Amino acid sequence: MMSDKPYKIVIGLETHVQLLTETKLFCRCQNRFGGPPNTQTCPVCIGLPGTLPVMNRKAFQLSLITAIALNCEVPKFTKWDRKSYYYPDLPKGYQISQYDLPMSQNGWLEISDPQGNFDSKRVGIIRAHLEEDAGKSMHDELAGKADSRIDLNRTGTPLLEIVSCPEMYSSLEAKTYLTELKLLLTYLEVSDCNMQEGSLRVDANINLHVDTPQGKVATPIVEVKNMNSFRAVERALDYEAQRQYSEWQEAGKKLGDVPKQTRGWDDGAQVTRAQRSKEESSDYRYFPDPDLVPVIVEPEEVEQVRQSLGELPAVLRKRLQTDYSIKPYDANVTVNQGPKFAEYFIRLAETSGDPQQASNWMQQEVLRTLNEESWAVDEFPVTPDELSQLLQAVQKGEIDRSRAREVFREMTMQGNSFQQAMQSLGIEQVDQSALLQLCEQLLTEFPQIVADVKAGKQQALGRIIGEAKRRNPNVNPGQFRQPCLDLIEQK
Amino acid sequence: MKSQQAWRRGKKMSLTRNEVERVSLLARLQLTEDDLETMTTQLNQIVGYVEQLAQLPTDNIQPMAHGVERFNVFANDERRPSLPCDEALTNAPRRDDDCYLVPAVLGD
Ligand SMILES: [Zn+2]
Repeated sequence: MMSDKPYKIVIGLETHVQLLTETKLFCRCQNRFGGPPNTQTCPVCIGLPGTLPVMNRKAFQLSLITAIALNCEVPKFTKWDRKSYYYPDLPKGYQISQYDLPMSQNGWLEISDPQGNFDSKRVGIIRAHLEEDAGKSMHDELAGKADSRIDLNRTGTPLLEIVSCPEMYSSLEAKTYLTELKLLLTYLEVSDCNMQEGSLRVDANINLHVDTPQGKVATPIVEVKNMNSFRAVERALDYEAQRQYSEWQEAGKKLGDVPKQTRGWDDGAQVTRAQRSKEESSDYRYFPDPDLVPVIVEPEEVEQVRQSLGELPAVLRKRLQTDYSIKPYDANVTVNQGPKFAEYFIRLAETSGDPQQASNWMQQEVLRTLNEESWAVDEFPVTPDELSQLLQAVQKGEIDRSRAREVFREMTMQGNSFQQAMQSLGIEQVDQSALLQLCEQLLTEFPQIVADVKAGKQQALGRIIGEAKRRNPNVNPGQFRQPCLDLIEQK
Repeated sequence: MKSQQAWRRGKKMSLTRNEVERVSLLARLQLTEDDLETMTTQLNQIVGYVEQLAQLPTDNIQPMAHGVERFNVFANDERRPSLPCDEALTNAPRRDDDCYLVPAVLGD
């Protein structure tokens, strides 16, 4: 979908992902959100003199896995550098990061939109590098306190910074990229990607390419921060594009005319606001950290990791379509719900022998229940094998769909097995002779319907079926219809 | 970067007073006019001393990222005890119950 606007939006995203390690990047303090302030620190992470950082093997491994899943090249040689700046939440006065030799570069992530709002595309990944996080400063502006409080628990926790190329041309593309990235990280189990807890943070670089009589003109790039949800990212970018266009119309500033600006998203007011720039902040004086030795990754190791990646979302979407013949849309929804949901679906499809029905049930009843109860897939009380019994009963026409939903509710809410749920709802199979007997009786009671059906008005049968169901709720219309028609035929 | 290139080309490099002033700002050092003068002279002596290295032929030598030839030093991801809060805050110039206190940090 090309915009009808006289400009093109150009977006690049920088994503910081907190890695799921037990301990921090360079010391063995616990890496966990939400502990009491300053209870997860040690001389290394609070930067006391004479301490020596040692790289966490798991953190490097998780970074490697992610980089390879993002189709990045992994150079054989990588090293860490000191990025110097002063900030109260950075006790060493520098952050250990990576400058000119990052552990991975030149990858891509494929994004697509099921609604077809943009063509499937690969968004380039410039680099992904491993660095340490800073601490947290808290300031109670409302209380008018003169001091800020510093909690260093987060200091030194491992972050993977993933920098995309400026190749997204709408807020929807940006949001889709983030959704796909988050999904990938979830499948890889490298991060829990909890935006509320800050384990996934996004900054955006955005500017416009404006059509003018003199040709295309790029406006100054603005970095947008403080976006705390994907929805906020989408809105902030839409807002920022419009703001930049107005500013372009008023001031006409081009890329290069003014220094790069940083703006923060104010979710309450739904606007971006200019942030105070730290004048000398761009001079980080990077140099190799003498405390850490470089890391060499052999191509064989990269290959080994590549082999062990498991099934990632893009591949799984295709497989669900080929192996289970479900529609692209259904495969997309299933995979996007996360690996556990997809795993549940596969088991249900296998055991029920009816993938399309399994997919329908997953997307309707199961998903609705998960949402209503705020359950994770793990917490869903019905196993795929139990649910499969219900699906099979529906498939064989033993119970109808509305009855099946009641059984489903009974199973999920009471934690009953399929058999128990059937029993407690008093659902029994109506045997064929009882069915015929009921039919015979009703046809005698309603001769007009027999006449109507014989006259070709098949829909008249509906009344008999309704009546049959009223007298015996276990009657399944699907099973009732044909014998009933046969009996009328004989009359 | 620029000075590194100059250095590689074997050109004589020296620090100006303005550069020293800027570095002192980055390092949060408040230097008097006299200090700046002294520092510029002394830093130039240090740079000049190190510059002798530029006389060595390094054309076919790979730059090193580290002083020792060691690679891949890792620690296992196993937890060790952290400092108790009180101990961590021992050297804090100012503190409250569980945090370091610093002059107000406003905005981001
Ligand atoms: Zn520590």
